[in-house]
Amino acid sequence: MALIDAPPLTPLPPAPALLSVSDLEVTLFTRAGQLKAVDRLSLEVAAGETLAIVGESGCGKSISALALMRLLPEPPAKITGGSVRLAGRDLTRLSEGEMQRVRGKDLAMIFQDPMSALNPVLTVGRQIVEVIARHDPASHRAMQARALELMRKVRIPDAERRFNDYPHQLSGGMNQRIVIAMAIACQPKVLVADEPTTALDVTIQAQILDLMKELQAETGMGLIIITHDLGVVAETADRVLVMYAGRKVEDGTVDAVFDRPLHPYTRGLMGATPSATLQPHGRLAEIPGSVPALADLPAGCAFNNRCPIAFARCFAERPGLTMPAPARSVACFAVEQEGVRHGDPVGA
Amino acid sequence: MSLTTSSLTTSPLATSPSTTSPAAPAPAPLVTPVVLAGRRRSPVLDFCRRFARNPAALVGLVLVLALVAVALAAPYYYPRDPLRIVGRPELWPFTNPRFPLGTDSLGRDIAAVVAHGARTTLMIGLFASLTATLIGVGVGATAAYFGGWVDEVLMRVTELFQTVPNIIFILTVVAVLGQSIGNITIAVGVVTWTPIARMTRAEFLALRDREFVQACRAMGMGDVRIMLGEILPNALPPVIVLSSLVVASAVLFESAVSFLGLGDPNVASWGGLIGQGRTLIRSSWYICAVPGVAIMLTVLALNLVGDGLNDALNPKLRDR
Amino acid sequence: MAILSARSLSVHFDTPRGTLQAVNDVDLDVEAGETVGLVGESGCGKSTLGKALMRLAPATEGRIFVNGRDITRLGKGAIDAIRSEVQMIFQDPYGSLNPRHSVGKIIGQPLSVAGWKRADIKARVAELAAKVGLPEAALDRFPHEFSGGQRQRIGIARALALNPKVVICDEPVSALDVSVRAQVINLMKDLQAQTGVSFLFISHDLSVVEHICDRLLVMYLGRVVESGRAEDIWRRPAHPYTAALLAAAPVANPRLARTRAHKTLQGELPSPLSPPQGCAFHTRCPLAQPRCAAERPLLRGLAGQGAAPRQVACHFDLVDHQRTPDVTATGTAYVSA
Repeated sequence: MALIDAPPLTPLPPAPALLSVSDLEVTLFTRAGQLKAVDRLSLEVAAGETLAIVGESGCGKSISALALMRLLPEPPAKITGGSVRLAGRDLTRLSEGEMQRVRGKDLAMIFQDPMSALNPVLTVGRQIVEVIARHDPASHRAMQARALELMRKVRIPDAERRFNDYPHQLSGGMNQRIVIAMAIACQPKVLVADEPTTALDVTIQAQILDLMKELQAETGMGLIIITHDLGVVAETADRVLVMYAGRKVEDGTVDAVFDRPLHPYTRGLMGATPSATLQPHGRLAEIPGSVPALADLPAGCAFNNRCPIAFARCFAERPGLTMPAPARSVACFAVEQEGVRHGDPVGA
Repeated sequence: MSLTTSSLTTSPLATSPSTTSPAAPAPAPLVTPVVLAGRRRSPVLDFCRRFARNPAALVGLVLVLALVAVALAAPYYYPRDPLRIVGRPELWPFTNPRFPLGTDSLGRDIAAVVAHGARTTLMIGLFASLTATLIGVGVGATAAYFGGWVDEVLMRVTELFQTVPNIIFILTVVAVLGQSIGNITIAVGVVTWTPIARMTRAEFLALRDREFVQACRAMGMGDVRIMLGEILPNALPPVIVLSSLVVASAVLFESAVSFLGLGDPNVASWGGLIGQGRTLIRSSWYICAVPGVAIMLTVLALNLVGDGLNDALNPKLRDR
Repeated sequence: MAILSARSLSVHFDTPRGTLQAVNDVDLDVEAGETVGLVGESGCGKSTLGKALMRLAPATEGRIFVNGRDITRLGKGAIDAIRSEVQMIFQDPYGSLNPRHSVGKIIGQPLSVAGWKRADIKARVAELAAKVGLPEAALDRFPHEFSGGQRQRIGIARALALNPKVVICDEPVSALDVSVRAQVINLMKDLQAQTGVSFLFISHDLSVVEHICDRLLVMYLGRVVESGRAEDIWRRPAHPYTAALLAAAPVANPRLARTRAHKTLQGELPSPLSPPQGCAFHTRCPLAQPRCAAERPLLRGLAGQGAAPRQVACHFDLVDHQRTPDVTATGTAYVSA
């Protein structure tokens, strides 16, 4: 296999990337100065593939998603570098008008809170129809029929009756289904889901995740799931990208990353997740301290003040991404120097 | 069916002996200490910094401070009664250096009346605003905190006060109780408390069910202490903004009352001066214009300060 | 004797659309030094039950006992006297601290309400701060200067100020980041080991509950559907709802996630304003029989569970339906999939 020439992050077997982001940079212009909310982030998503972006609050995962959609709140945030290529087109160079035609049609997004993503004074059916009308206008009757079909597709029971309901008359899970129906209405190439199940109960979360997987299998769209929950990552993703303080610190296939997390932060996250530990009443591995604010990131590696294995170099320079294995990258000096034995227990 | 498979949760990573060995019986308590980030920030300084960022608010503040200075200095520069006749009537401003702002129809020094009027204006504004705030906060807080029929009754009373036209209510109070500055102040306070009550009620309703209030209930804190010590400090910022605007409307009400000839005849006030100048507005318009400009600047300044307070006290706009 | 118990406790609210039966006929005991978990999805009444136990929500029926004393109908003065025994930690570390008070004042509040002297409060606050890992300098600062996990430590210090016997924890770590969550859980366990305090741990997160609790109560639509030792329930759920909850909880292990049979529970939680007749779960239950719609199953003891009392409210024995899981009796050797 010509792995040498293949783009480094494509999984095996290599598939052509639908969406490829390279060196994306988002800067926040604040009174405290210019802060890099997203720092040289690169990622790729192939058709039918699910990429999970995982990290804690403030790591830049949601801002990255908004940047892909060109939905950043400007000011204070602004894309200051890099490119977002969707099927070969660089979205960062499109005009706002062109971008509006891409949004919802080629690239769709689901938000965390379905209630605030829907307009409370319009019926859910009408809101789906509006999305269709914007990108794919047809006769009113035809669009209504398609909206109904979409509602059935996302498994809304009694779709005909629900069509004329308002968001407040539906449960959180049902509303999230409506949001998904709107997102897939025009068969997007890539769907970005920002914490799509965080506001939902476990049993409903399982339903929604199943639904998203099914729809993906059916349409072959690329899926980016942004989450803080390693359980959701394990259940849904093909590949995972771990972010910390606006940077990618590790990525790889889920199996590879969960089997052998390389970055101390990834290892810490896994040790701190109760369901990943063995002893029901044992101590969870802690990551000391808390996520630093963007305004006071430490010099050198941003994780150095919480890292159990940090050494002098970590405080002096920022580690760049290295590739310890094919389709795997990590930003850590300890890994670079083989300081971490592969297969070390999580959180040790 | 394997509904229990999840009980077999395990991670292939966790097969190493170090994690499978049973946990030590009583692990030595190992509290990760918190490292404080950043320098300690005083909330007062923070507030001042945010207020100072707003140039309009600073202009307003300077004007209000100038007004206060004039009011404080008035008895020093014009120690005699300002309503005393001191010169020829209807002297235009800047014509006689003794009367820089001219004299009115009776020959009184307009500068003296304006300076002493500033005292009146400030007193009425402050006390009326204080009265309105006390009534409004009391009514609004009680209504929201206790809810039920208490809320129902107090809100109906509030609506009753809102439906009566303000100026007519004030004129009635002054006509019944007498034309004294104290009565005008109370009357203005009594008509302007309703928006404060509504605002306080809305704030209290939003804060009443917050977890920090529940935490206080859970520790057995009394109702009055919860209302005054816990909720009120959080509800105050928007109320303070409204109160500063009440000062402005009190100034206007006092002027209106005096203009209609129902002001306190023994006290120098801006409205009273306008009221007297009204008949001469065609010939000697400056008699109305000088106190008019003073009122306009004062109300404008108070509104600017109110806006500045609003921005500085509104945490949502913090550090943007 | 249990430190905190409830007997046939019900909490009903009158709403314009009918009576909301938030909590129905719940029995509960929290013994000294143990952690009891209360799990269920939103709307199952777990938070209301926690509030009712604190007398923050009115009990419609039933009795609440603290140290064997019936507190259900105690007046305001008498109830304040037992506040020192039962305290609460809240979910929202942002909302549960008054933003206008300094951290020192917040932690000392229960003491000042209890009538402590100023100097004593100061000493105790410093001691509490050290216990939860807050530096002395933190006491003069205000809540907005702290991160979520740090704020939750403040909340814990406040709850422990009067040395309570029981702390009711309402989703204490749900709003926290993963890495910080582990810190707070570990802190709570350490404090329990030091002081012998009991926790009633209310949560929707099964993995956290499983990790920290000795015993569990699973609630569905205001009723307890299963109770017993956490380990037993986790390994062999006896109620189909518990089983479904466990199956739905995502597992942070991709290989296991792929291989385990995925039984997603269909449908949604019925409205608690009009709960289904019979077994409240029958509308979503994969094992439902006609009998379930007609007759409400009562909580009954499970046979063959040894010394650990185990109760379930189901007409059928789910445990017998299942093939024997590959779990050894000691519980240490979980078999990887």
